[in-house]
Amino acid sequence: MCDSCGCGDSDIVPVAVHERILANNERAARHNREHFHDHHVSVINLMGSPGAGKTAVLEATARVLGPSKKLGVLVGDLATDNDARRVRAAGIAAEAITTGSACHLDADMVHKGLHRLAWRDLDVLFIENVGNLVCPAVYDLGQDVNVVALSVTEGEDKPLKYPTIFRKADLVLLTKIDLLTVLPDISIARIQENLSMVMPKPVMIPVSATTGKGIDQWVQWLQDLKLVQHAHDTVTHAHGHHHHGHAHR
Amino acid sequence: MHEYSIVQAMFDQIEAQAHQRHAVAVKHVYVRIGRSAGVDVPLFKTAYDTFRVRTICEDAPLDVDEVPERWDCPEGHGDIPPGHRLTCDTCGRPARMASGDEIVLERLELEVP
Repeated sequence: MCDSCGCGDSDIVPVAVHERILANNERAARHNREHFHDHHVSVINLMGSPGAGKTAVLEATARVLGPSKKLGVLVGDLATDNDARRVRAAGIAAEAITTGSACHLDADMVHKGLHRLAWRDLDVLFIENVGNLVCPAVYDLGQDVNVVALSVTEGEDKPLKYPTIFRKADLVLLTKIDLLTVLPDISIARIQENLSMVMPKPVMIPVSATTGKGIDQWVQWLQDLKLVQHAHDTVTHAHGHHHHGHAHR
Repeated sequence: MHEYSIVQAMFDQIEAQAHQRHAVAVKHVYVRIGRSAGVDVPLFKTAYDTFRVRTICEDAPLDVDEVPERWDCPEGHGDIPPGHRLTCDTCGRPARMASGDEIVLERLELEVP
């Protein structure tokens, strides 16, 4: 009620909110992250455009890392579970999250997806996001690191055109480098230079899932994640036996 | 098109605020969106206009304060100019984002009987 003149009109009350609009997603992401840390699972949010080679990278990763680490994948797609089936065929536990029309995964979808995957026993969980260079960048899922797959056929200027997703990347996997022989105008150095304009710590590993080139370096990067090491040590001590996940080099 | 999801999340927040204060209508909505937050502002506004029909926000104009992207040196060597590599020329450290990443519901004007 208007108090100043008693006219009976409603009051217009200003309210300072100052709340992040995605606060609910961020809470759900924190919740996922706590679960992952409690169970010593390293979690990678793998993003990239449709056809960038995300699934192929996971298949190649399974070939190299599968024998020594327990890997799992949650695959986000608008429709079909084709990618989940491909990854399963490569020997990794995988479940599909079908988003319907949503162009990205959010923390809640990941949480529900976890209910269908025996993720607690994993060393590394990959969350293969919906193929899209825009929307997934905005949503925290509870991951430890963001990895963006960028294929050489997408063009050198993709980092400049989609700066947000590359800014949030801890690593860029430059995929399909076996095709460089037929792409004389594409320069890895120029892609690296463009990344340094949008990533404060530009780290790029060129790989080919077809020839296997660079996959060792990518696997080494995964194993060097402090979290993997830490998780590993803790699990070894807690159970007092030799953990299956040691890297033998 | 995640702008629709973001607007949906904002409506949940607005409804919670309005409910808490026994408001009958929202008269104005103010948000702050960073230029590098990954949100297309025209699309965000379109999504808002689509959603607000027959809601508590029906008569509430939306004000978007667009925040420029700004980077600086974490060691205090000043701003990194736009179009520059995201490392400090003085100390070589990776730049730190000072602003431009926010998606914030700043304030509301509520009609309270």
